[in-house]
Amino acid sequence: MISISPTYLMYYVPLIISISLVFGATRHEDTQTILKHAFYTARWITGFMAIIFVILLLINWMV
Amino acid sequence: MASSANVIQVDTERIDLKNRSLAAFLAWLVPGAGHFYQGRHTKGSLYLVCIMTTWMLGFALGGGHVVYASWQPGDRRWHYILQAGVGAAALPALIQGNRMRKMTDKGVTSRSYEPMWGGFMAPPHRPVIEDRTDEVSAWYATYGAGYEMGTWYTMIAGLLNILVIYDAYAGPLAVPISGRKKKDDDDSEQQADSEQQAAGESDSGAAAASSASTPEAKS
Repeated sequence: MISISPTYLMYYVPLIISISLVFGATRHEDTQTILKHAFYTARWITGFMAIIFVILLLINWMV
Repeated sequence: MASSANVIQVDTERIDLKNRSLAAFLAWLVPGAGHFYQGRHTKGSLYLVCIMTTWMLGFALGGGHVVYASWQPGDRRWHYILQAGVGAAALPALIQGNRMRKMTDKGVTSRSYEPMWGGFMAPPHRPVIEDRTDEVSAWYATYGAGYEMGTWYTMIAGLLNILVIYDAYAGPLAVPISGRKKKDDDDSEQQADSEQQAAGESDSGAAAASSASTPEAKS
């Protein structure tokens, strides 16, 4: 079903942590708010990518 | 003494941005350095750790060959423009790239060329021709997906630092419209509730008469 090694998905982990934290920190000054914003950003990006992943899987299954 | 134009308030905290231009320059030179200069140590540490970890991870994944400056035929390394966002960490590539450029004539590097520092951030030997075996394709073959991912990691680190530079210069970016709208809605609801409560307490009789005259009450 997936033509690449699942270990490739591990490349995503450091990126999402880094991007979310920096993104949150550039919008707030309070540490708790930064962490909260980072969590929401990580969740949003992950959800968005998961949806795209499922759509591509469905297309792959249909074709 | 802090100039009032450089003092802003965010999340109930007062921030003295000090010399904004200097802070922005320091933020470019070393991620987080501008924030340390402004006394924003927590954010400075966060930026330094996040961005430099991403950068070094990418650099290691690509075997140390993903960051180099080149604008030669067949090898226009536009990625470097983004990678240079991290400042000092990418500057050796400029020195190596300039040295290589001087030793290159019509897309072919002189045989006498030897890169400095053991080839650290040095461009590949010329010529680089697409679909032919050269030093770049050897790097791809050796590091596989790591070369590609390393390039992406270093580019993303550079891009993230652009946000950091802005933060050092002007303070935190505005909260996205969606978040602000939700907050505004909450605020307006709270205000309406408090107004309604105040009106009810001050004149309950008049309020009752008024509500009785509305179409909903009549029905």
